Amino acid sequence: MKATDNQIKNLERVEKKTTGIRPVRWLREKTRRVPALGWLLGALTATIIESSVGLPLARAFGLWSVPGLFGLRFIFTSPASIPSAVIYVLVVYIIPALIVAVSTAGITNRAAAFMQDKLPVPINVIIHAALLYATLHVWGSITDYRVLLLSFIFISIMLTLSLNLVNGYMGEFSCSHPGFMSIGAYAASIMTVLFFVNDDVFGAHILSPVLGPFIFPIILIVGGFITSIGALAVAIPSFRTRGDYLAIISLAFTFIVKSLLENLEIIGGPRGFMNQPKYASLPVIFVWMVLCIWTIYNFTRSTLGKASCAVRDNETGADAMTINTRRTKMITFLFAAFWAGVAGGLFAHVMGYINPATFGVLKLSEVLAMVYLGGLNSVLGSIAGAIGLQFLLELLRPLAMLKWIVIPVLLIIVMIRRPTGLIAFTEIKVEDILKPRN
Amino acid sequence: MSLNAFLQNLANALQWGSFYALIALGYSMVYGILMLFNFAHGDIFMVGAYIGLFVSTSLVTLSATGILPMAGWLILVLTIFISMFLTSFVGMAVERVAYRPLRAAPRASAAITGLMVGIILETGNLALLGAQRRKFPEIIAQSTFHIGQVVVTNTKILIIILSILLMIALHQFIRRTRWGMAMRAMAYDFVVVPLMGVSINRIAAMTFAIGSALAAAAGIFFGIAYPVLEPYMGLLIGWKAFVAAILGGRGSIVGAALAGFLLGFIEIFVAAIFPSTLRDLIAYSIILIILTIRPHGFFGEAYSARLRL
Repeated sequence: MKATDNQIKNLERVEKKTTGIRPVRWLREKTRRVPALGWLLGALTATIIESSVGLPLARAFGLWSVPGLFGLRFIFTSPASIPSAVIYVLVVYIIPALIVAVSTAGITNRAAAFMQDKLPVPINVIIHAALLYATLHVWGSITDYRVLLLSFIFISIMLTLSLNLVNGYMGEFSCSHPGFMSIGAYAASIMTVLFFVNDDVFGAHILSPVLGPFIFPIILIVGGFITSIGALAVAIPSFRTRGDYLAIISLAFTFIVKSLLENLEIIGGPRGFMNQPKYASLPVIFVWMVLCIWTIYNFTRSTLGKASCAVRDNETGADAMTINTRRTKMITFLFAAFWAGVAGGLFAHVMGYINPATFGVLKLSEVLAMVYLGGLNSVLGSIAGAIGLQFLLELLRPLAMLKWIVIPVLLIIVMIRRPTGLIAFTEIKVEDILKPRN
Repeated sequence: MSLNAFLQNLANALQWGSFYALIALGYSMVYGILMLFNFAHGDIFMVGAYIGLFVSTSLVTLSATGILPMAGWLILVLTIFISMFLTSFVGMAVERVAYRPLRAAPRASAAITGLMVGIILETGNLALLGAQRRKFPEIIAQSTFHIGQVVVTNTKILIIILSILLMIALHQFIRRTRWGMAMRAMAYDFVVVPLMGVSINRIAAMTFAIGSALAAAAGIFFGIAYPVLEPYMGLLIGWKAFVAAILGGRGSIVGAALAGFLLGFIEIFVAAIFPSTLRDLIAYSIILIILTIRPHGFFGEAYSARLRL
């Protein structure tokens, strides 16, 4: 049965290959052999071209400046510029990237094969991540706007992934993420301001500000642990109840944290807390994001991750199969809270200012939307959801208020078509992404 | 706290609690039948308040210009009925768009669509009517009574009495009519009852309609008591009423009403005793403690395998 299925699939694939327009077929044939390494190289070339000759090229095509988001926003702002933007994107991004990716396919395949055989997976991943970062860094170096956008996307990815642990892998409906995030944000901010900044409230800096960026990771980790301790308030009730009641408990937790922060005058109360040094530069956030994806990816494939899936599907059954459900729930919750706290700490140090109102119901809707848009039970889905929604938010910014009608409508359509999200319950092994393709 | 202050706060708490109770009823009814929370309900409350605003404004101008002179109480009654009627269609539309296509889907997905419909309602209002706040017209001339040293306005008494009457009416409807029986049956068994010839779509639509009508009534009462409307007014009250619905026990009508009043009491008395900024903090801490001790609310059944997750 299985064999015939596969044969049919193969036949279909062959048929697909032989049909289609000729140039497309040719392109598909060529690009099929390009490994991830080759694509990264191509993208890097494209961004380097943009950063060196982007502005003159854009002017030559009749654009006022380099289009921020591949010119996609021209659809709403100035439709007349669309042709120039298309030419720009073709000349600067697509054609160079394709040429480099296809022409170096031989070399990159050999390199990918070498890295796969000779190097351990973590180092292989690090090399790819470094290339990805280089690409994004060059892409972001053109405007501060892009840097900020990338920072928010990275932080959103961390938040979405950690919420997916609780809502997807453990099957709860937790609304506590804004609370977790705000605890982490405030904890980290208080520490950095106390140690490294001359502040009106917290006095002169205790340690030399030169040390700041080096101690910042430790502060983030401590902030994450403080968030985990706060998360006990949600994790312990989760032993006895789940589903809707846990949703309420977690919602109440969010409200309590927000209200508590509003009442603590020493950290600014409802006015907010400022003066955070901007330690969270793009590379810092990127490294944390990679760490976050890495640990959560490993967590989901570990015994504990599988145990939490078992708890989701049938708690009694999981208990009967000797899974310690309390321990599983506790660890998953605290682990998710830790990453939410770190994301919050990074968020505070990107903005340089936080206030309790940021971490309210709106933030909750945003994070939930990212998780359910991307897909439950999938690291890849969460990444896609976070990038997708943030990108959409930026893209539709010219629509002003109307974007809050367009995005919900899109999400409702996605939910009706695919109730568990776009890429739910599927996972691509990282080795499969990085492998050579010849 | 002196006795007078206590009674004064009691009157305030009854009024404030009746908003929560009326909204929480909508959450609880939908939950009882479809086992999912209508997260757009807070915004339906907002829409109801705005519909009430327009109905009452037009009635008041109609009356003031002399085309159709009406007494204040008649305007109020007409406003309540017309707005409840119109808002029930909003509720049915929400059910049709956001919940019916997802009835077989995981419940969390339906929660997301509900949230999104709520955002659409808020933004739609903002886009149509602009960001400025609207003033609710004064339908009935306000007068104050002094009972001992307690000051009570006539609108406050009216709101409390009308809310309680609506709740009793709902209770009677569910207990005594055929429709009510169908709803109770549906809440009892979601799978078998449709086999007995009861249309789930019709019952679900009706549940949404009744819940939205009650929310509209709450919206009008809110407009009378605090005559400033803005598009995001449903957000906070809606979430709090949601908490009240849970606190009452899922699907329990009496529980939701009682919990709504309880939440009103907690909030008003916390604000009276402690600095008012601590209101949410203490109120939610109390709720957290109650739910930790009694995880199924006051009247709720224990967690059952029937829960579709």
